[in-house]
Amino acid sequence: MSILKLEHVTKRYKDHVAVDDVSFEVEPGKIFGMLGPNGAGKTSTIRIITTITGPDSGVIYFQGEKLNQSHPSKMGYLPEERGLYKKMKVGDHLLYLAQLKGLSRNDAAKKCKYMLDRFGALDWWNKKVEELSKGMQQKIQFVATIVHDPVLLILDEPFSGLDPINSNIIRDEIYRLRDKGVSILFSTHRMEQVEEMCEDIILINQGKNILMGNVHEIKNENKKNLFSVSYAGSLPASFNGGLELVDRQDHKAIFRIPEGDTPNHLLQFLMGAGCEIHAFHEILPTINEIFISRVKGMHHEA
Amino acid sequence: MKHKIWIVARREYLSRVQKKSFILVTLLTPLGILLFSILLGVIMSAGSKADQKIVIKDDTGIIRPIAEEDADFPYDFSEKSFDVLKEDYGSLGYDLFVYVPALKDTAAMRIEAAYYGREKPSLVLLEGIESRLSDQIELYRMRRSNVDKKLLDSFRARISLENGAMDPDDPSGTAAAGKLNIIIGTALGGIMGFMMYMVIFIYGSMVMRSVMEEKLSRIVEVMVSSVRPIHLMMGKLIGVGGVGLTQLAIWGFLLGIIMVIAPALLPGADPSELSEMGSMAQMDQATFDGFSGKQVIAALLNVKWWLIIPVFILFFLGGYFIYSSMFAAIGSAINEDMGEGQQLMLPIVFVVLVAFYMLFPVLSNPNGTIAVFASLFPLFSPIIMPARLAFDPPMWQLALSIILMLATVWFFIWLTSRIYRVGILMYGKKVTIKEMFKWLRYSS
Repeated sequence: MSILKLEHVTKRYKDHVAVDDVSFEVEPGKIFGMLGPNGAGKTSTIRIITTITGPDSGVIYFQGEKLNQSHPSKMGYLPEERGLYKKMKVGDHLLYLAQLKGLSRNDAAKKCKYMLDRFGALDWWNKKVEELSKGMQQKIQFVATIVHDPVLLILDEPFSGLDPINSNIIRDEIYRLRDKGVSILFSTHRMEQVEEMCEDIILINQGKNILMGNVHEIKNENKKNLFSVSYAGSLPASFNGGLELVDRQDHKAIFRIPEGDTPNHLLQFLMGAGCEIHAFHEILPTINEIFISRVKGMHHEA
Repeated sequence: MKHKIWIVARREYLSRVQKKSFILVTLLTPLGILLFSILLGVIMSAGSKADQKIVIKDDTGIIRPIAEEDADFPYDFSEKSFDVLKEDYGSLGYDLFVYVPALKDTAAMRIEAAYYGREKPSLVLLEGIESRLSDQIELYRMRRSNVDKKLLDSFRARISLENGAMDPDDPSGTAAAGKLNIIIGTALGGIMGFMMYMVIFIYGSMVMRSVMEEKLSRIVEVMVSSVRPIHLMMGKLIGVGGVGLTQLAIWGFLLGIIMVIAPALLPGADPSELSEMGSMAQMDQATFDGFSGKQVIAALLNVKWWLIIPVFILFFLGGYFIYSSMFAAIGSAINEDMGEGQQLMLPIVFVVLVAFYMLFPVLSNPNGTIAVFASLFPLFSPIIMPARLAFDPPMWQLALSIILMLATVWFFIWLTSRIYRVGILMYGKKVTIKEMFKWLRYSS
C-alpha cells in the first residue's frame, strides 16, 4: 500500500491553474522526487497534501485513507521558505514546534535533545535563534521537521543555502530515515540532486504532470544510444553499419549506434580497426536534459 | 493532549511577559498617564489665568473707589487722559485698555464701555472684565440704597443635591446616590472608556505587527503545516489578550494599593489629588471641592466594583477580540510595507474614533438615546458600555449588549480567520479591502 496517493488533483486560483490533473503515488521507504521549475505548482501540490489548502477536484489518500485533518501530524514538512522566531531560544523553539506536532512536553524535550545531540548541536539549546548561522538554523528546522517521527517527510528544497558539509549531513539523515521506512517526497528544481537521491520522480510544469516513473527507466526510455569511448591509437576513417561519430576530441569519442544494434558491434568494429579501448560506457541523458526537451515539446504543442 | 490553540497562546503570552520591557512598560505607563494628565491640567488652567495686564480709565467715578477696597481686584486704574491711554497703554506695560465713560443716568441698566487692544482678547477675558466691573457698580448701588451686603447674602440659599441624597433601592437609606457618586461615575466612565480606546489600538497593533512579522519571516510556512491557521490566529489573540489582562491586573492592583495607602498616609489629603485621573475624562478638578477626602473614599468604596470589574473585563476582552481579529486580518494581508497596513486600518480607526467621541455625549447623559444605542451596537459597545457602568444601566441593556458583543466576537473571528488564512500565504501583491472580501469566498 502506498503512503500517499494523488488522483487527478486540480487546484485553481483566480487567474491560473496551479495544479492541473496531477496524479502520483509515493511508496513506503522510498524517496520520491517532485521536479519542476519555479512556479510549476510544486508548493501548491504540497500545500494540498499537508491540508493547508484543499483541492478543487481530485482525491488524495494517505495510508489508504482519504486525506483528513488528522494526517498532517504524521507528516513532516520542511517548507522552501522557512523561518524561525529570532528571539526564541533553540531549545524552547524546538519544544514549541514538537508540541504543535502533538508530542507531550516531556516527550518533546527528550526527543529534541536526542535529535540535537545526533547533529552535534546540543550546546545550542540555550542559544537564541538569531545567534545561529543560516546553516545552523536550517539544521534546527530539519530537526523540527522529523522530531515527531513522521511516516511521510515532505522536503521542499531542503539543501538550499546549505554548504557541502551540512548538505551531506542532511542527505545522510534523509537516507537513514528512508532506510527506517520513512517515505520522502522531495521537491526541488535542482535536477542533479534528484538523479542522485530519488528512485521515482514526477516532472511537473505549469501545473501539469509531464513525466513520471522510475529514474533509471526514464533515463533508459529517453536514451539516445550514445556511447563514449576513450581510446589510444587512431579511429578508422569511415564507419559502417549505421555507426555514427557524434563528437571527437583528444582520444575520446562519442558514437551513436543504430536502433536495435548492440554496443558490442561498436566495440568489435573499433577493435578490429586497431583502436585500443581504455574506457567504454553508455551516455544516458540527464533528467535535466529530458526535462528541458519535454518542456520545449510542450511549448511547441501549445 | 492540550489543544494547539493553548500551546500557541502560551508561547505568545510568555514571549511577551518574560521580556524586561514588559515590566518596564507596565510600570511606566500609569506614570506617563499621570504626568500627561498633570501636564494637561496645567496647560488648561494656564489658559484661564489672567496673565494679561489691563488698565481701566473710570470716568463714572463709581467703580474705582469700590474696587480699591478689594485687595484682590485684578485690574489697574489710571487717571491719565483718554487720548494718552489710548495711544500709550502698550508702552505703559498693559495689554488692554478699558474705558468706562461717565454715566448720563446713574441708574442705567445698560452701560456701554469700550476697550482697546492690539490683540483680540478672548471671550473669557472680556466676560471676566464685564462681570468684575458690573459687580462694583452693583455694590455701589446697594450701598447707596442702604442695602447691607451681609443682609443680602443672608437671603441667599444654596440647595445641594448631595446632602440627604438617597438611593431608592436602599431601604436603610444610608447609601448615597448623590452628586459625588455621579462625579465619580463620570470620572470612572471616562477612565474606562478611554482605557478601552487605548487597549484597542495598543493590543490591536501588537497583534497586527506580530502577524506581519510571522508572515514576512516565513514562520507561518513552518507553522501552518502543524496548526490550522484559525487556531494559530486564535492562539495569538488569546496570548496577547492574556498579556493585556495581566497588565490590567497589575494596574488594578497598584491602584488598589494607592487607594488604601493614600488616605492613611495623608489624613488631610486634598481630595482633588484623587481626581487627578478624573481630569483625563475632562473632569474639572474643582468639582470635587466641598467633599472631604473621607467622603470621596467612602463613595469610591461604595461603587459596585463587584459588578463593574467583571463586566469591564468582559467588555475589555470582547472589544479586544473584535478589533484585534480585524488587525490580525490586516497584518496577514500586508507585504513588507507598513504603509499598506495604514490604508487598510483606516476604516477601523474611523469606527473606533467615532466610538471615542461618543464618550462625551454619553457621559453627560449616560441613559440617553445615544448612550443606549451606542452601548448596544457591538462595534461601539466595548468603549461605551464600560463608560456607562458606573451609572447603573438597566440590566436588560447590559445583558443584551453582552450577548450582541459575544455574537459579534464569534462572527468577526470567523470572518477574519478566513481572510487571515489566505493572507498569510499570499506574497508580493498589494492587497485592497475589496480583495480581502474576495478571500472570504475562497474554498478552504
